[in-house]
Amino acid sequence: MGLLSLAIWTPIAFGVVLLALGRDDQAQAVRWIALVGALVGLLVTVPLYTQFDVATAAMQFVEKSPWIESFNINYHLGIDGISVWFILLTAFINLIVVIAGWEVITSRVNQYMGAFLILSGLMIGVFCALDGMLFYVFFEATLIPMYLIIGIWGGPNKIYAAFKFFLYTLLGSLLMLVALIYLYITSGGSFDLLTWHKLPLGQTAQTLLFFAFLAAFAVKVPMWPVHTWLPDVHVEAPTGGSAVLAAIMLKLGAYGFLRFSLPITPDAAHEWAGLMIGLSLAAVIYVGLVSLVQKDMKKLVAYSSVAHMGFVTLGFFLFNDLGVAGGIVQMISHGFVSAAMFLGIGVLYDRVHSREIAAYGGVVNTMPKFAAFAMLFSMANCGLPGTAGFVGEWMVILAALRVNFWVGMAAATALIFGAAYTLWMVKRVYLGPVTNDKVKNLKDINAREFFFLSLLAIAILYMGLYPFPLTEVMDVSVSELLKHVALTKLN
Amino acid sequence: MIDKLSLIAVYPEIILLVMACVIALFDLGVKSRTRTATYLVTMLTLAIVAALQASYAASGQTLYAFGNMVVSDVMGNWLKCFATLSVMVTLVYGRQYAADRDMLRGGELFVLSLFSLLGMFVMISGNNFLVIYLGVELLTLSSYALVALRRDHTLSIEAAMKYFVLGALASGFLLYGMSMLYGATGSLDVQEAFKAIHAGQIKHQVLVFGLVFIVAGLAFKLGVVPFHMWIPDVYQGAPTAITIMIGGAPKLAAFAVVIRLLVEGLMPLATDWQPMLMLLAIGSLAIGNLAAIVQTNLKRMLAFSTISHMGFVLIGMMSGAVAGQPEAAASAYSSSMFYAISYVLTTLISFGVILLLSREGFEHEEISDFAGLNQRSPLYAGIMAVCLFSLAGIPPLIGFYAKLAVLQALVATGGTLQLVLAVFAVMMSLIGAFYYLRVVKVMYFDAPAGSAVLAAPLEVRAVLSLNGALLLILGLVPGGLMALCVNAVTQMLTT
Repeated sequence: MGLLSLAIWTPIAFGVVLLALGRDDQAQAVRWIALVGALVGLLVTVPLYTQFDVATAAMQFVEKSPWIESFNINYHLGIDGISVWFILLTAFINLIVVIAGWEVITSRVNQYMGAFLILSGLMIGVFCALDGMLFYVFFEATLIPMYLIIGIWGGPNKIYAAFKFFLYTLLGSLLMLVALIYLYITSGGSFDLLTWHKLPLGQTAQTLLFFAFLAAFAVKVPMWPVHTWLPDVHVEAPTGGSAVLAAIMLKLGAYGFLRFSLPITPDAAHEWAGLMIGLSLAAVIYVGLVSLVQKDMKKLVAYSSVAHMGFVTLGFFLFNDLGVAGGIVQMISHGFVSAAMFLGIGVLYDRVHSREIAAYGGVVNTMPKFAAFAMLFSMANCGLPGTAGFVGEWMVILAALRVNFWVGMAAATALIFGAAYTLWMVKRVYLGPVTNDKVKNLKDINAREFFFLSLLAIAILYMGLYPFPLTEVMDVSVSELLKHVALTKLN
Repeated sequence: MIDKLSLIAVYPEIILLVMACVIALFDLGVKSRTRTATYLVTMLTLAIVAALQASYAASGQTLYAFGNMVVSDVMGNWLKCFATLSVMVTLVYGRQYAADRDMLRGGELFVLSLFSLLGMFVMISGNNFLVIYLGVELLTLSSYALVALRRDHTLSIEAAMKYFVLGALASGFLLYGMSMLYGATGSLDVQEAFKAIHAGQIKHQVLVFGLVFIVAGLAFKLGVVPFHMWIPDVYQGAPTAITIMIGGAPKLAAFAVVIRLLVEGLMPLATDWQPMLMLLAIGSLAIGNLAAIVQTNLKRMLAFSTISHMGFVLIGMMSGAVAGQPEAAASAYSSSMFYAISYVLTTLISFGVILLLSREGFEHEEISDFAGLNQRSPLYAGIMAVCLFSLAGIPPLIGFYAKLAVLQALVATGGTLQLVLAVFAVMMSLIGAFYYLRVVKVMYFDAPAGSAVLAAPLEVRAVLSLNGALLLILGLVPGGLMALCVNAVTQMLTT
């Protein structure tokens, strides 16, 4: 069994064991098994980074064996510089989520932990799949555990949110399914992604395929104007669900652009780049403004996720090294930062049971340790230099300036909005005098919370101060991708 | 003159017929309320028949018997094997339910099940218009009686009446169409008819006239729009143990008849029947899915979902005949076959769980009855959820590959219209996902409706768990079953 298979199936195997354990009477054992599962799941991904060869753009750790022979579908895994970090990120966030849910989840613990472990394995599968159908299977299968996580452990309006999440994303991916089948037939019976990358396609076919992929990935990212599901879902999802959704699931869509839209339909991607840049800027600026007026902390962070993901798609469709690499760095940093933001809100929510900004005020007086973490995460969220949030945004803005001054200018304004809505929230929630009794009676974070928040804080600072390990692995793969995208596929 | 070779081809049928009669007599001496002895003998018979069919299928031979009246080929053998297994599973799930509802006063449940299975066998093997018709009648007549088995229950009797009247009408259609074709081609033999039509000497209008009636009759039996009216009423009204009997295995037989009549017999008229099937499929997908949304009764909802799934089976059937692409046919028909088999597998579960949760005097069939099932029994809720996600076509469950195969066959035809239809079909399955998810929501997110203990016999729990696991296992490794379908259909087409 290869390393990638281990990374996928270890958490899933632990998850299945947890589901089989049955009811709540062994909750404590369940938590420990989940922790071991998440930890082992993370450890098996470490060699992927340490043994990674940064000098080649070819797929590494490749595994290939026939899966469904009548359709020529293969169990084909492999990673390059674009995908390797997402696997580590997924396994890491999974571990954090298991720790974060430790005392908070008291009902049906085994199903909660099991769902997260299985979800994590499936998402790693998405990032490794080199077979179109295998990708689709992992991509879609993630919906089932997430649907249950939102629906079972979510807030008051959880059912609406669960349905919105499932149907919205299914709508997009079903169109992609037709596109995959079309590619299978046009390529003479192959679901192999690398074959598709080389497949010549006419202009009309490329346009149709591009929009079919766009339907799937734009909803998942989510891009403006199909982002409306995200705030609703984030508000209702349990803390862990929000963290995984923002940190990893959104990246599945953005990753899809890099693996499907750009290399398979390069001409259509160039033709429609203007549209994509426009939509990305709309997300960055308009949604940034929308965040400013939110009264609900989770909703605010959700909208800010949409704005941050706007930077990602903006970077991809600038078609230069800096932009694409910046987009990927932004994805990873946003993975850490958004997870940290949601987990921070979760810490408050567990104590006060409110997400309203107005329900807080002066938290720093009663929870000084926590407020320090929250301040750091918020700074990272508005892209302060020295934190993870800065690197990606800076790269993308620079890339945009290179392409067109006004695009870069527009993107840069988003930094101001980002700072505005985040800092204003910090001011209203954490700073100032204690506003009410609930805040007055708050207890500061315990050792467990301190532990997982500091893990995130270390990651965020490290990335901000020394992003070289990130950019180092992706350089070759990104320039190879751009070289490929620059070539026309029209015959 | 009956030669020995002919007999070999129909040994399973003979065993089934003899045993059905033997069991009818044997049951007279059984006193037990749950008819354990009859049940065991029936199961043994079915097991032997299934094993026999599997060994026939494995031998890979195609036998024509009784002057080409019946054919025993790989596709037929596999379908018969799966139909037999499905009847076995049905009986396992339904026995307790039937006993609780006074349906086991005699052994009719078992005997009629065997006869209906025999009817399916004859349908699947029939290579002659009349033989196929006889099979259809044997199946449906047994089914009418099965639906009416709960004779003091108004809904069941009403369902049986409706089923009988509409079924008789459909049989009339089928027979009328067959007689038109007989008149035009001068033969009842499927291959002879094919040759006669292929020769091109017969007036096209007459043939199409007969074809319309045949397609209408088949559409009735499959239950596709606009001939679907009986499905919701019969599914809901019939005792659940019988619903699963008529909703499961007979779909395999109906598939086989469509293959035998339209593909083996009327292939030269493909340009005429393909648009018909397309219209039927579009209607079924639309009406089946849209009507299912508003149902509150799970059995009725599943009935409408059946209609939409049969639409998918038809999509596979109509994608087969593409000019100049003989290999497309095999992949298209095998996709339909795979769809039908996977559909039967899932249907057994969905109704099986309803059966298992129904208790004496309480029909567990409203969607709201499933509230909080996850808290009461994570296992059954999990099995049901797997089944519903599979019906919704979410990977990695078998229902997804069934849809994939059918859509692949459709897109492979290369037409723009077909591409649009493919998009339409996936949009309809999005609507489908909504109502399946609603049941999952009720099971997982709502508070429990009752606290009654969910007790089921060990064999039921074991078979149900196995059945649920199969959905997942075949979802993870669907290759084997797919290859089986492709082989079966390829052999059927080449001989």
